[in-house]
Amino acid sequence: MSVVIVGAGQAGFQTALSLRAAGYLEPITLIGEEPHLPYQRPPLSKGFLLGKQAIESAVLRPEPFYAAQRIELITGARVQRIEPQFRRVILTSGARICYEKLVLATGARVRTLPLAGISYLRTHVDAVDLKQRLGEAAEIAVIGGGFIGLEVAAAAAVLGKRVTVFEMQDRLMPRCVSPVVSEFFRRVHGEHGIEIRLNSPASAPRADLVVAGVGVSPNVELAREAGLPVANGVVVDEYLRTADENIFAIGDCAEYPNPFAGSRTRLESVQNAVDQAKTAVANIAGRKESYRAVPWFWTDQFDVKLQMAGLSGGADQEALRGDPESRRFSVFYFRRGRLIAVDSINRPGEHLMARKLLASGAVIAPEQAADETFDLKTILA
Amino acid sequence: MVRYNGLRVPLFGKKETASITYISHSGAVNRVDVPVGDSVMEGAIRNNIDGIVAECGGACQCGTCHVYVEPQFLDRLKPIQDDENEMLNTTASPRQPNSRLGCQIEVTKALDGLVVHTPPTQI
Repeated sequence: MSVVIVGAGQAGFQTALSLRAAGYLEPITLIGEEPHLPYQRPPLSKGFLLGKQAIESAVLRPEPFYAAQRIELITGARVQRIEPQFRRVILTSGARICYEKLVLATGARVRTLPLAGISYLRTHVDAVDLKQRLGEAAEIAVIGGGFIGLEVAAAAAVLGKRVTVFEMQDRLMPRCVSPVVSEFFRRVHGEHGIEIRLNSPASAPRADLVVAGVGVSPNVELAREAGLPVANGVVVDEYLRTADENIFAIGDCAEYPNPFAGSRTRLESVQNAVDQAKTAVANIAGRKESYRAVPWFWTDQFDVKLQMAGLSGGADQEALRGDPESRRFSVFYFRRGRLIAVDSINRPGEHLMARKLLASGAVIAPEQAADETFDLKTILA
Repeated sequence: MVRYNGLRVPLFGKKETASITYISHSGAVNRVDVPVGDSVMEGAIRNNIDGIVAECGGACQCGTCHVYVEPQFLDRLKPIQDDENEMLNTTASPRQPNSRLGCQIEVTKALDGLVVHTPPTQI
């Protein structure tokens, strides 16, 4: 018996951790392409760029942890192919590693633009490079008004740079939040001297430094070449199993049936990586457990904390709780009268409450959500 | 064990530490040396101490590193900020006057000997 995990990001790391926490005693091999110990990505675009956080502090566990937990971590290694019929993976070094169960946590890679000289931000190496370039530049152009683009823009502005953000759509973070939240962030960035250009195609802006945050593509090649079904990610069922019952796929690379979306989805988040790892481990251990965790996300830009619970796509009604002028408010999203998501701006307590409401399937009316005198806790009681 | 291929992560010199004691709800006592500058949450996570979850990894987003601080240490801690205050009102285990989020307590030399209790549940 043994488990091999391909990908040593948040999802792969959590799989190894949860296997040992569950009392799994057999060998665990965790294979990562990057040269570093497994680390958290969120700080790379936030505290690290700002110089508030050393990159070493993003490391998930110190080196001795792996020996103590008997987790064999192989860094800087690439899996060349999977041989499902022999239940083994072949590394580019030629090494073969056999598995009882295989977990694909291969993550995603940045989408690139057909332009030269552009910086991207995904990995430790990217972040160190970007930080140095930021230090040397005065004028910065950011292509993409999503989370990564706006976090980089905010950090650059705090560092005193002149920043312009180019977004193709007519508002910021269009995939993730409603227009009222987009507009709020446009104003916040404006207040910090950032120029936001909406409806602006990705051309080649002139600046000392051009950074693009235009999304990621899932790393599905290993799965596809092994004959596993692939759509917008490696296709898995509610137990996070691929078409091969011995192979699981989790995290950014996996497309799974999401009860909150009511469809198959692929999510890119710490929450999704960690919770899917735990579900995969439960299923490896033989407990049939379907994945039903409430999705949640966050982004920090300047002094604004945006936290999202649930998935707001497909909402047909919204309720605003609080006044955006106060810089503290939430937007509740409904579909056919049911609460499906909540975005909270500088209201972390309401975000935690929203996650509880969504997890419990509690019924709340839009009028109640919009009424600040209405105590949300009474719904859960 | 770790097998590095290629670059090796630089190891840093020995850091100053402070002794922190974590007492679980069931009474398990763990005393560990935590590097100055790390948080009380990191001290628990990096030493595999149960009772602290830290879903968000220390970004003050999730309220799952709730601890009860031994009262005599309270006035040595930095004051509670708005975010932390709001989240403490929604933690899974009830807030007490000595409740804090472990990710918001930075370990300093002055906190050497700190004792915190972890709550019955974080989720």
